[in-house]
This record gives sequence, structure tokens and C-alpha cells, in this order.
Amino acid sequence: MAKKEALLTGTHFMNGDIACAEGAIAAGCSFFAGYPITPATEIAEHLSERMPEIGRIYIQMEDEIASIAAVIGASYAGLKAMTATSGPGFSLMQENIGLAVMTETPCVIVDIMRGGPSTGQPTMPGQQDVMQARWGSHGDYEIIALAPSSVQEMFDLTVEAFNLAETYRVPTLLLADEIVAHMWEKVVIPSAEKIRIVNRKKPNVSPEKYMPFMPDYDLVPPMACFGEGYRFHATGLTHDEYGYPKTSSSEVQERLVKRLCDKIRRNTDKIIRVEEIMLDDADIVVIAYGIVARAALSAVKKAREKGIKAGLLRTITLWPFPQNQIAKIEEHAKKIIVPEMNCGQMVREVERAAKSTLVVFLSKLGEEPHTPMEIFEAIRRNC
Amino acid sequence: MVGIMRIEIRFAGFGGQGIIKSGIITAAAACLYAQKNAVQTQSYGPESRGGACKSEVVISEEEIDFPKVVEPDILIVMSQHAYNEYAENVKQGGTIIMDPDMIPHEKDLKNVNVFRVPATQIAEGMQRKIVANIVMLGAFVAVTGLLDKNALTEAIKANIPRGTEELNLNAFEKGYEYAKNLLKS
Repeated sequence: MAKKEALLTGTHFMNGDIACAEGAIAAGCSFFAGYPITPATEIAEHLSERMPEIGRIYIQMEDEIASIAAVIGASYAGLKAMTATSGPGFSLMQENIGLAVMTETPCVIVDIMRGGPSTGQPTMPGQQDVMQARWGSHGDYEIIALAPSSVQEMFDLTVEAFNLAETYRVPTLLLADEIVAHMWEKVVIPSAEKIRIVNRKKPNVSPEKYMPFMPDYDLVPPMACFGEGYRFHATGLTHDEYGYPKTSSSEVQERLVKRLCDKIRRNTDKIIRVEEIMLDDADIVVIAYGIVARAALSAVKKAREKGIKAGLLRTITLWPFPQNQIAKIEEHAKKIIVPEMNCGQMVREVERAAKSTLVVFLSKLGEEPHTPMEIFEAIRRNC
Repeated sequence: MVGIMRIEIRFAGFGGQGIIKSGIITAAAACLYAQKNAVQTQSYGPESRGGACKSEVVISEEEIDFPKVVEPDILIVMSQHAYNEYAENVKQGGTIIMDPDMIPHEKDLKNVNVFRVPATQIAEGMQRKIVANIVMLGAFVAVTGLLDKNALTEAIKANIPRGTEELNLNAFEKGYEYAKNLLKS
């Protein structure tokens, strides 16, 4: 079959899942392994058609554990790799997400959040995996998670997720809710030269001198791929800079695990993205992400019309959490409102970061997100 | 200002009637062929076919913050269950386009314009019940004048299986004509 276009430059009307799939293709993803699950199925469905027609690999695996394992293998073979799932599958992936963290494997994991716990409400939205995204695998680590609010962002942030994964050699999560994933909206796919693509650092030493886990100044080790002629040992065990297990050395444990955390912690300024709307003089600030941020934006605009000094901080990056931005808000805000489609997850981070401001939490579960009116009423009550 | 510019449309019925597809086609028509902002969201049960299903479209000249329907200007409804659930939620002075054969029990609604379009029957007359949703889209364009006929037919063509263009455009035309006649009478 003749190869088709990889990059669909132009204006499209797509749903979030399809935009995510096209974002992956645009980012250079050439390996997808997954197991379909509502509401992420359309990502796999779309890529099962698109990947073969552009000469890239799509594999439907037997389950989510195998899916993430295949993604790690593909990434080590040098491919940009992704999997996509929802809550139950995300739970199954946790152990191997830890392996990806420990082996510093660049990869993208998409979690389209539906109602949980357990199989919960497969076709309904939720924002209930925010803490699982951060702490789901055992041990200490840092991870990156991005939360899109529009179909355009499903495209843009998937590209960004690949770039971050490649830059920091860390599994990067696209943490979207069912509404954004299933919503249809306009998407503009730019031309190739307008899309920023980052590829992992390669070693610039000869194979004899290569130490696969010796970091550069930025704490990220250059990555040779299997089959390129570099000797390589990778393990989930604590390992030294050669990659060999050091299961009894406190010093190596300390050095490795701290570096895995620090390579993210020391770069939060470069990683974190937020959208700040009417924050400069805001007395009352709504902090929201995903679909809820759109209701919040509408509510904040309405509050401004009524003369209330309200603002919105949209956390595009959920992990690492933008705590410096909270400190900035505290310079003038008297209250912070956090609406989430869960029983209180990101609000805990906001409370931890906010030293002097009262934080009000608005919970919502089930089919519908908060309406703009519900958030507006909360603003009005608290101003 | 935003309130005036923003039009909310809800399609509701059961899974398998093409409710979600109708919403996608309408939003695509507005977005790609009528240069407006449009967004479609949906809600359905895990059983997919036969379960309650709704599809919502917001169309606006401005950027759309909140993509869900709060109080629809227009309700297009194709099952009794959906009618019971949503008929009373339509904005004052709004429009309901309903399939009367699917909805034997009507409520006494005040301040809404009700159009009864037997879309399923019309589609059955074409030997293809599956295009009842497209019949409804034809009626929707005729009744509301919200979007160009042309925008809708372009969007239909872009969102249906290849080889079914004639069938679907026929269904659209039949719905359009039926509703035009309703308007005359």
C-alpha cells in the first residue's frame, strides 16, 4: 500500500481521542501498544488504522500490563512509544510505570479518566486518577502529568508529552477526562516546521566509554538504544551508572533515587505550564483543570461582569504541581476555590501550597461537570 | 452578549438511533462549513445500543468556554424516555422537534414550539430505518434556519460511510420538505 501522509496539516473537526492519536503521530510516535477500554478506545481504534498506513507499528496486546511492557521495550529499541487506557487499565499498568521510571524510559501513557473506583462508570467522566498518577507505583519518584481542556490541547499536549518524556527520560502522562476525550471540536494541525519536536539525547562517547546511567549536568543520562552497538544493562533493581544491580549499597540507592526525583524537581520551571486568566488583581481565584476549567472560565467571566474580582489559574501541568504559582496568587487573593470531579485530590496540593489563603473545595461526581453557575455561586458566596 | 450569541442544541433518544452522529454532523457543519465555533459532547450508557443517549451541541460566534448544554434552545428528541427527561428543560420560547411515533405520551408544554416529524416512519418508508436521524436533521434545518442547508449536507457527506451518500441526502431532503410543509400549515 502506498504510504499516506503522517502529518495531517490543516483544519479538522475531531474528538479528543482522535486528536491525541494524531498528536502522537505528529510527535513521531512510531509504536503503539494498547488494550481498548472506554473512554480511550478511539485512540487505539484510530491508531490501528493510521499507524500501519504510514508504516508505523500498532499492536493490540492481551492486557494493559503487557501494553506498557511492550511500550518500554519499544522505547529501549529507540522508538517513541505510547499506550492509552482508562482507570482500570491504568491500575494494572502501575507496576511497569515504576519500571519505566527506574529504567528512565521515555514513553507516553494516556489515561482518559472515567468514573471510578474499580470499573465504576465506564462512559462517565471523572478526575479521580490525579493522585494515582502521582503515587500509583511504589517507591519514591517524580512523574510528569498534563491535563488538556480542549480537543486542540489533546493534540498539542500529546506532542508536548512526548517532548517532555524524551527530554527528561521519564514516563509522561496525559491525564484527560472522558468529556474532553469524547468531545468534538475544531483542531488545527500545524505544518511540520511549526511543531516543536524533541528527541532524546544520544551518547557522544565511544561504546567502550559509555555508562548508560551516567547523567549529564542536567541529571539526565544520554540514551543509547538497543542494537546501536553500545553495551547496555537495564534493570528495575537499584543500579549504578553502568546499569548493574547494587541491591545492598545505601550510597547507590541514595544517589539514584534522589537523581530520579531531582531531574524533575530541579526543572519544574521549565516543565510547568499554567494558564493565568485575570489573576493580577484577583481577590478570589478558581484553580481548575480539564473540562472543569472551562466551566470555571465561564464562571470567572460572569463574576467579573458583576464586579467581583475573580481570576482563574488553569493547571495544564498537574505533576509536578505548580506550587510556586499558588504562592504568587497568595500575594493578593483572599480565597481559593477548587472545583474537581472527585472527592478532593488536587485540592490537597493546593491546601499544602497555600500558606495563608482559605481554600474552598467543590466536589462533583457523575455524568455532568460543574456548571458555570455552580462555580459562579461559589465565587459569589465566598467573595 | 454571550447569552444571545450562544445556541444550545440537545439531541436525545436511545443508543443506535444515530443521536451522537447527529450532534457530530451538526457541530461539524457549523464549525467547518459555516465558520462558527461549535462543540459537541455526548453521554451514553455502557450498553451503547438501546440505552439512554444524548448528544449536545453548542454553536457560537464567540469562543465557547463551557461546552455542555445547560438550557437548550432546541431539543431534537426521538424516544419517550428522553422526552420525559428533557422536554421540560427547554428554554422558554425554544423549539422541540420530536418523532411522535416514538413518543406516544406528550406533556402539556407552555412557551415552546413543538414540531412533530415522524422521522422513523419516513425512514422506514425508504426501507432504511437507520436514517431516521438524518431525516430529523433535515427537519432541524428547515425549522430553525440556524445553519445553511449546504453546510449540513457537506457535513453529512463527510461523516457517513462511503456509498450511502444518496440514501442519506434523500433522507435529509425528506425531513426538510416535511418540516417546510409543517411550517406552511
